[in-house]
Amino acid sequence: MNWISEVVRPRIKTLFKKETPENLWIKCPETGQMVFHKDVEANSWVIPGSNHHLRVDATQRLKMTFDSGTWIDVPLPEVTIDPLKFRDEKRYIDRLKDARAKTGQMDAFKIGYGRVEELPMTVAVQDFGFMGGSLGMAAGEAFIKGVTTAIEKKTPFVLFAASGGARMQEGVLSLMQMPRTTVAVRQLKAARLPYIVVLTNPTTGGVTASYAMLGDVHLAEPGALIGFAGPRVIEQTIREKLPDGFQRAEYLKEHGMVDMVVHRHDLKATIARLCRLLTKAPPPAKAA
Amino acid sequence: MRSYLDFEKPVAELEAKVEELRALGERSQAVGIADDVARLEAKAAAALKDLYANLTPWQKTQVARHPQRPHFVDYCAGLITEFTPLAGDRAFGEDEAIVGGFGRFRGEPVCVIGHEKGATTEARIRHNFGMAKPEGYRKAVRLMELADRFELPVISFVDTAGAYPGIEAEERGQAEAIARSTEACLALGAPNVAVIIGEGGSGGAIAIATANKVLMLEHAIYSVISPEGAASILWRDSTRAQDAATSMKITAQDLLKLGIIDAVVPEPVGGAHRDPQAAIAATGEAIAHALAELGNMGPSELRSHRADKFLEIGRKL
Repeated sequence: MNWISEVVRPRIKTLFKKETPENLWIKCPETGQMVFHKDVEANSWVIPGSNHHLRVDATQRLKMTFDSGTWIDVPLPEVTIDPLKFRDEKRYIDRLKDARAKTGQMDAFKIGYGRVEELPMTVAVQDFGFMGGSLGMAAGEAFIKGVTTAIEKKTPFVLFAASGGARMQEGVLSLMQMPRTTVAVRQLKAARLPYIVVLTNPTTGGVTASYAMLGDVHLAEPGALIGFAGPRVIEQTIREKLPDGFQRAEYLKEHGMVDMVVHRHDLKATIARLCRLLTKAPPPAKAA
Repeated sequence: MRSYLDFEKPVAELEAKVEELRALGERSQAVGIADDVARLEAKAAAALKDLYANLTPWQKTQVARHPQRPHFVDYCAGLITEFTPLAGDRAFGEDEAIVGGFGRFRGEPVCVIGHEKGATTEARIRHNFGMAKPEGYRKAVRLMELADRFELPVISFVDTAGAYPGIEAEERGQAEAIARSTEACLALGAPNVAVIIGEGGSGGAIAIATANKVLMLEHAIYSVISPEGAASILWRDSTRAQDAATSMKITAQDLLKLGIIDAVVPEPVGGAHRDPQAAIAATGEAIAHALAELGNMGPSELRSHRADKFLEIGRKL
């Protein structure tokens, strides 16, 4: 390692980066079609043409959902970090640090309070980008906090679910989030506030097997993978190839687990309409 | 015929010698054989006691899955009189991976629900190795709602590797069935006690283990994913199950410390499979004690006791 490489190289790197950003073009995972980054962004991260719904992070999701893209962040409770001092190939605490640095979030949940088509609303978003949206103690507490906020402010509660399942690095403490979040869902129901779940790609494991399947209404984004066991686990168990479209949003609707498969462009209006109907709120001015 | 686990080899050898000597003693009149038998027997017993006092989490996993370990049907036979199993979810079918019904525990009517793994090949297939499908959980919901209406306590026995991961289970809404079953536990206005008797495998376990009191047998395990599953996902190597078992804190002793379970039920030396009757009797005592503690609470008190208990988990670590 000599002084030249230390001084000169970084400058060249930044120069190159500016000229060729890696994400200028996006390849559609379904059709392989190349689309311009800006077009996809302007289309709420849905590939124009194929209508493939790309994953969005929590902040983008809140922006798309709340009126004029503004909301108040609900502060989330702190939890004990790495209670089991877990390490696999890497220490859990390091994985957490990496995820925090990468996303700028403390954990997989983000919760906002604001207005959706003028209706006050509490919206919780699970970010798959943060350790696969996994359900650990922080996520469990965040969900409970979201529900408590909705009850305090007497608003509907909307959940955008996305998760690979339980956070294994927290052992049974992560499993305990299933009954804990279910306690919260029951409180919401007792308060007679609508609970709308939007299942996004992917929602599996302990999240589906608890609060994500207990909504008053289940919406799903097109093509989202939704299930209890992941497709790989099922394939290994039964040693058969899985049918086309298995565990996709449309399949779940066909099997009675989802009320509607809704294009991302129509989600906001659908959520607002459902909440207005359930809470006997008047129709929006233009429709009246 | 007793089947030994790999780590029980030293004990197995001692016990084989005892048997050999005993057979020899019966055939010949040689002096001192009886003394030798007694001495060796004591040695074997001591070795077994030592071994079981310090089982590793992975060894406990093997004990929890021991083929001769008492299963739900054994507990039911030993603790419940007039047991009347009920079948079906009234929607799709009957799933024998979860057995449930009504009977009397110490003379009082109760609802009993549990995973059954089966003891013979035929029974294992019939009970799908204790891995329930949605209809199993929906039957559990049905029974819990019935118990609630008649204010009968619910006793559940948990022993499953996990809910069944298959096409038809997904098709019929495995996730929703588990979530509803957990919710039904929380909605009970009657007391419920869950006992982890063998394997408490993930969501498939919690669906009937969300109870006012959660008890666990001394060598049972309770975890968010099987050690093998965690090893293949986190280590990308299923042979690291031993490490996963240790890291995940799945033993009754660890879970008591973490405040996840309420009590540990002692097992006979050498595990429940060495003396099923003793293990079942100890479990009965523990259930009676737990029910007595909940005895004076009314429906709303029981619901908030349960909700608060689960909300507190993890908040004071």
